[in-house]
Amino acid sequence: MSNTFKIVLVLVGLALVVPFVPGLIYPVFVMKVMCYGLFACAFNLLLGFTGLVSFAHAAFLGSAGYVTGALMIRFGNHPLGMPAAFAAGVAAAALVGLAIGGLAIRRRGIYFAMITLALSQIVYFLAVQFRWTGGEDGLQGIPRGSLFGLDLSSDTVMYYVTLALFAAGFLFVDRVVHSPFGQILQAVRDNEARATSLGYDTDRFKRLAFVISAAVAGYAGAMKALVFQLVSLNDVSLHTSTEVVLMTLLGGVGTIFGPLLGAGLVVGLQNYLATIGDLVTVVIGLIFIVCVSFFRRGIVGEFLHLRRRRAERHKRRPVRNATRDPAPAAEAA
Amino acid sequence: MAEHALVTEGLTKAFGGFTAVRGVDFAVRRHAIHALIGPNGAGKTTFFNLLTKVHTPTGGRILYEGTDITHESAAAIARRGIVRSFQISATFPHMSVRDNVRVALQRRLGTQYAFWRSIRSLSVLDDEAMALLSDVGLADSAEANAADLSYGRKRTLEIATTLALDPPLLLLDEPTQGMAIDDVDRIKRLIRRIAVGRTILMVEHNMSVVADLCDTITVLQRGEILAQGSYDAVSADPGVKAAYLGGGHA
Ligand SMILES: Nc1ncnc2c1ncn2[C@@H]1O[C@H](COP(=O)(O)OP(=O)(O)OP(=O)(O)O)[C@@H](O)[C@H]1O
Ligand SMILES: [Mg+2]
Repeated sequence: MSNTFKIVLVLVGLALVVPFVPGLIYPVFVMKVMCYGLFACAFNLLLGFTGLVSFAHAAFLGSAGYVTGALMIRFGNHPLGMPAAFAAGVAAAALVGLAIGGLAIRRRGIYFAMITLALSQIVYFLAVQFRWTGGEDGLQGIPRGSLFGLDLSSDTVMYYVTLALFAAGFLFVDRVVHSPFGQILQAVRDNEARATSLGYDTDRFKRLAFVISAAVAGYAGAMKALVFQLVSLNDVSLHTSTEVVLMTLLGGVGTIFGPLLGAGLVVGLQNYLATIGDLVTVVIGLIFIVCVSFFRRGIVGEFLHLRRRRAERHKRRPVRNATRDPAPAAEAA
Repeated sequence: MAEHALVTEGLTKAFGGFTAVRGVDFAVRRHAIHALIGPNGAGKTTFFNLLTKVHTPTGGRILYEGTDITHESAAAIARRGIVRSFQISATFPHMSVRDNVRVALQRRLGTQYAFWRSIRSLSVLDDEAMALLSDVGLADSAEANAADLSYGRKRTLEIATTLALDPPLLLLDEPTQGMAIDDVDRIKRLIRRIAVGRTILMVEHNMSVVADLCDTITVLQRGEILAQGSYDAVSADPGVKAAYLGGGHA
């Protein structure tokens, strides 16, 4: 059993008891963290493990939310409505990802990021224009339907279903990172020219990574649409695309658990500081500045780095002229 | 089979108005160790970049084993068996030394797109990766991050990674540049050993390495071939002497 799997088991174990201790922590809050946590993991698959900066992730989150929501509003009563609408949402996000990624991948660095941004603005524009997305109002009162006969309108049932969906999605991302494909992605991130010279079509790897990342972001978006029973323009907005960058960097880019922790922190601050209104964004901004100034690897990244340094001091290594690595170190497998 | 593994005809690369490689007609005999030398800025790296499609030629043709590969992609050329090393060392810095080699071996499994498979499916390659590392004297650093290796060992790792593909044609861009003398000797012995059954084209500034290893030498100057032949013939060439004195080279 891998360490990741063990930690996921512990987290799921803790989450299982949440509905039994009312007042300690709200199940709705935990569900929100799970949705955004998975969203950030999807983003991290690109930034941390492929080396691509995307400003289009809200477009994937939102388009899946809209598709799942609109289908549930029409076919929510059907016994297979929920799984079908969920799958359709994920597929829609993957297709949007294929379109945006396919166009952007021809460019490098900042140009890549700017193209994803421009294309995601088109998705936003379409969400405002289309009738089926509800325009300015978005989709409200989305029915949750049922899954395998379980009525999801109960918050407790929805909570456990969300937990299962989250665990599956999280372990999927972990598998992609630790797969033969994930190895090549890391090689592309580390040194694209070298990966090409070994015979790998790096653009194809980046495109597939982009589609997988978009699909997982869509998976989180479909979850979110069902949990909150609403989808709004905020879900496809640039604000959401930048928030996921912040969550990922805060928790630790290129680590497995960092994005989840970052999402937990940001969502937590937003919830518990809601009383100070718009000042929340200032507080989060300040935390972000402190983080990138003093803990460039993010919280989980710094932790892993310290642990590795300690381990190295215990075991003298047969290497000479050790050089400092300039980029955040990837989490050990 | 033709006598030559690699042939270029009128190969040309212009960057805007500046022509870095100009009409180079060139051939490497199969299983030879062929040196490409010339003063700084002569166009040697650019020539390698053309052969491996880092740059697209603006004119001329490249033939590999008689096939025109001028218009193939960089990755496709590598899959044909033309694999290069880089002038500035090229490793995957955040991967372990062993994983660096394994990434090259992995292509053979054909699972490079298998995102649903466990990474454990790659452990069938571990023994072979370790054997390659022992071969070049890096086995003791297998678990270290490539970024933590010394410069000389990084370059050695690059050669091990290149060898993992078992390429019939190896392009080495200054494999001994910046190395201490004992590292140079080790690389020299390594190149001689791996040259058996392969063709090697190498850019090299260290003339003792060239004299010891290479059967044919091509001298490039300002993007054009200045002289070609054995070490003795080339070093006696008055044009070469002038270019090297003029170029400020030892
Ligand atoms: N991408 C590029 N754009 C414009 N000019 C370039 C480019 N790459 C190389 N050049 C120019 O082409 C010429 C040849 O460069 P190249 O790197 O091939 O030389 P070299 O023979 O490898 O030299 P060195 O011995 O210093 O490695 C140089 O004048 C260089 O400035
Ligand atoms: Mg050069």
